[in-house]
Amino acid sequence: MTTRKNETMVRTRINGDEVEFLCEPRETLLDVLREDLELTGVKEGCGNGNCGACNVIMDGVLVNSCLVLAVEAEGRSITTVEGLASPDRLHPLQQSFLEHAALQCGVCTPGFLVAAKSLLDHNPHPTEHEVRYWLAGNLCRCTGYDKIVRAVLDAADTMAAEAVP
Amino acid sequence: MQAFDYIRAQSTEQAVALLAQAGDQARVLAGGTDLLAQLKEGRRKVGLVVDIKFIPELNELCYDPAEGLWLGAAVPCYRIYNNHAVAHSYPGLIDAASLIGGVQIQGRASLGGNLCNASPAADSIPALIAHGAICQIAGPAGRREVPVEAFCTGPGRTVLEAGEILVSLHLPPPRPGFGAAYLRFIPRNEMDIAVVGSGVSVQLDARGETIASARVALGAVAPTPLYVREAGAALAGRAVADAEAAVAEAAGIAQAAARPIDDMRGTVAQRKHLAAVLTRRALRIAVERAGASGFAGAGAKK
Repeated sequence: MTTRKNETMVRTRINGDEVEFLCEPRETLLDVLREDLELTGVKEGCGNGNCGACNVIMDGVLVNSCLVLAVEAEGRSITTVEGLASPDRLHPLQQSFLEHAALQCGVCTPGFLVAAKSLLDHNPHPTEHEVRYWLAGNLCRCTGYDKIVRAVLDAADTMAAEAVP
Repeated sequence: MQAFDYIRAQSTEQAVALLAQAGDQARVLAGGTDLLAQLKEGRRKVGLVVDIKFIPELNELCYDPAEGLWLGAAVPCYRIYNNHAVAHSYPGLIDAASLIGGVQIQGRASLGGNLCNASPAADSIPALIAHGAICQIAGPAGRREVPVEAFCTGPGRTVLEAGEILVSLHLPPPRPGFGAAYLRFIPRNEMDIAVVGSGVSVQLDARGETIASARVALGAVAPTPLYVREAGAALAGRAVADAEAAVAEAAGIAQAAARPIDDMRGTVAQRKHLAAVLTRRALRIAVERAGASGFAGAGAKK
């Protein structure tokens, strides 16, 4: 299990930075992000594509990093939850999640934030229905979703207001 | 996860050669949403994973109003429903592509992969049958075509021989007066596996008054997705004004053709009932879309 043979060098871009890492083909992108690159904001929930806790954005597309091989990241550009905030302030989605208390235990939160970012990248003015469907692949066992949905809708309004000078 | 080798194939010929050489040891990787879950759970053993996403012809999404749609086997769902020309012309395909998993799955999962995984409950296969898709297959002996309704031979089993891969799906161009739809029943609103699915299409005559032909397919009611030719035949020649009676008749034929099992998702009786209900509803939508689709260039409704 622990012998590391057959390793491949992968060159990718993560949260804007050029990154190189060695991995075996059997390692998932989730494994490498957490264990090798110490981007532990990415969470492992189910490990089989049902819960969304490991969501990252790869070349503009929301994916479950547990169902992506790390070798597939070669030449791609990846955004994790660590890439959302700027040095001086939280991302409006993160601020909104805080203000709406849209989390309890917090394990699902990075996945929800990344999924919601992907939604607002594609659709800056989603309806509640669109938010609920877009987030259907993210499971939360604490909040009952309502506060999360409100936080996303509120963040969309905030971002729209900030975009207007 | 078990150890394996990974190769990013650059051409169809290279992928075929790799698969032919490795035999049962090798497996094709497209979006990985089925394969990686199977490997993690130890349900499948592989020595070699051949990534086919970077082969140009497997990643092609090309629509031409005269030629139809060439859908590369590795094209993920989101690229299909985000393409306006495709969304307009192949509404049954769009129904299916936009309800497989959540957006995270649709960002990776391909219809070619859904087909090759050959689940009896696969959402895209009844829709592909309704649209009359033809599978383009490449292998050591050359290329061949197989109608999509003949592709699956059992749960997880297909007509693909050793070394063969699915390259693309070709869907004929829709003519004016064409409509299609896919509906499934699941106990929640999204993110679930079909208890029953029904994919249908209708082609109206040039005046939009008569159903010229129709196709009906069911999912999750047999070991493979089921093409119910007789249900479509029962609709041919029927007046659109009298569509409701024809639709009910076709739904009854579909129900009779269904031979489901009892399992954790549903019972035989429930599935037989659903086969009729979903086929009836899907046909109503397809007839409505056909009436709206084409004669004056109006769009298919989603």
